[in-house]
Parts: sequence; structure tokens; C-alpha cells
Amino acid sequence: MAFSKREIENLLRLVSRTKDAELNCEECLALVAEFAEQHLAGKSIGSGLQAVEQHLAVCDECREEYEALLVTLGKIDDDSPA
Amino acid sequence: MNRDNDTWVAQLSSAGAEREVALTELRVVLFRNLRKALAGRPHVDNSFLEDAVQDALLRILDRLDQFQGRSRFVTWATSIAIRVALGELRRSRWKDVSLDSVLDDTDYAPTRAVDSSPSPELLVQQEALFHKLHELIETALTEKQRAALLAELRGMPQDEIARHLGSNRNALYKLTHDARKKLKSALQNAGYREDELELTY
Ligand SMILES: [Zn+2]
Repeated sequence: MAFSKREIENLLRLVSRTKDAELNCEECLALVAEFAEQHLAGKSIGSGLQAVEQHLAVCDECREEYEALLVTLGKIDDDSPA
Repeated sequence: MNRDNDTWVAQLSSAGAEREVALTELRVVLFRNLRKALAGRPHVDNSFLEDAVQDALLRILDRLDQFQGRSRFVTWATSIAIRVALGELRRSRWKDVSLDSVLDDTDYAPTRAVDSSPSPELLVQQEALFHKLHELIETALTEKQRAALLAELRGMPQDEIARHLGSNRNALYKLTHDARKKLKSALQNAGYREDELELTY
């Protein structure tokens, strides 16, 4: 089990973004819809949602899911009232 | 038909025909959203999408009481459907891959990935920081933490790593989060300030 230099670099990026208190993936999922809508509406992100932003910075899977969600939001409007 | 959040929840929670109508409409919306979200990915066809929507509907109905109305209902439901669908894609791609093969894989050759033209001074600082982190990985972490972090860095899905470790995703997140915290505080104890850890980006 050996970390390559590239992996050390990627790990350092994660370590630098690490906070003492973080949401886990399940907690992130509960808030990510609200986060995505606020982000797209250009609203400033409240303190509760900053934890979502931080989780997305350290979790590739939730980040991938968030980006997929953003892709859908452009066409959600015709299915649901604002 | 447009529904507000309360109507979605009320109809999906009801027992009558309106529940069936709401379910049918939600199924159509989720199918369309998933198809858009996953467009261009391998193995995503109508049959995959229908299965994913079905699984997602069960999960959505199961946690209907957790919807707090802080986003549109459809956005919330779509976020769950995306987790289900991407989870399934990751699982099918990785299901036959052992943790050992990921950790032992020698294809992960060291590459020079940092800024291609750093100043000599910055380069020396980067090298020292990388060296220190490398040392801490060996000395400050448990074997399990090392394995989980490395498997994650190599793209293995968290659910799969957890399965191989006989754990679950929440416990795995705690394991790797604790490992990152330990590394961060060890680097800070070694004299690196928080902003210096970001120096290379
Ligand atoms: Zn996550």
C-alpha cells in the first residue's frame, strides 16, 4: 500500500479543506437540494448550508451527485411551481 | 399538473387514487430528470433508468417525513434519485474489484501533478510538505485509515470500501474524517499554518 506523489497531493488538498465538524454524506443529501436551489438563485449561502459546501469540497461522490442535480435544475421548472 | 410541496407530500401520504396519480407523475418527472442528469454515461438506458426510478420512489416514500420543505419537493426527490442511480452505477462498475487489488495496484505511478512551473523556492516548500505528509500517513494513521483513504483516492466508491471493511458508509466517513483531522492537526503541530497547507493550489 503505497501512496503515489499524485495521491499525496490530492490527500493534502482534502486535508487542507478538512474541518473539525463535517456533515456526512447522508446529512449532506438532506440539504443538497436546498443548497443547489440557493446557489442557482445567486443567494448567499447561510451558515447551515456552508457545511454542505464544505462537504462537497472533500467528498467526490456527493460532489458528483450535486453536479448531476444542477444539470437537472434547468428543466425542473415546468414540473413544479416556483 | 403543478403541485406545491404540501400537496406532493399530502397526496403521496394519502391512501386514495390521488396517491396513485401523484406517484405516476413523480415517476415521470424523476425519469426525465435522471435521463438528463446521467446523459452520456455508459450503461444508462431506459431499463436502467426505470429501475433506478423505482428504487428511488421507494426511498423517497420511506423518508417523506424527513422532507422539510426547504427546497422544491421535486428537487429534493431528484437529489435522492441521483444518489440511488449513481450508487447503482458505481456498484455495478466496482462490484468485482477487491480492495486488495485497488491498494496494490502498481499502475498508480507517481506523477508530477503540482503546478508545472513553480518557483524553486515554492518547489522546495512543496517537497517538504509532501514529505512530511507522507511520513505522517505512515506514522499517525491506523492501517485501516490508510487503506480507506487510499482506496477513496483511487476512486473506489465509499459503499464498496465500507463493504470490504465490514462497515457502513457513515462509519467509513467517520473513519476517513478522523484520519484527515489527525493529519491536519499533525501538520499544524509540525509548524504548518492552515494557509500554508493550501500553498500549492
Ligand atoms: Zn459525501
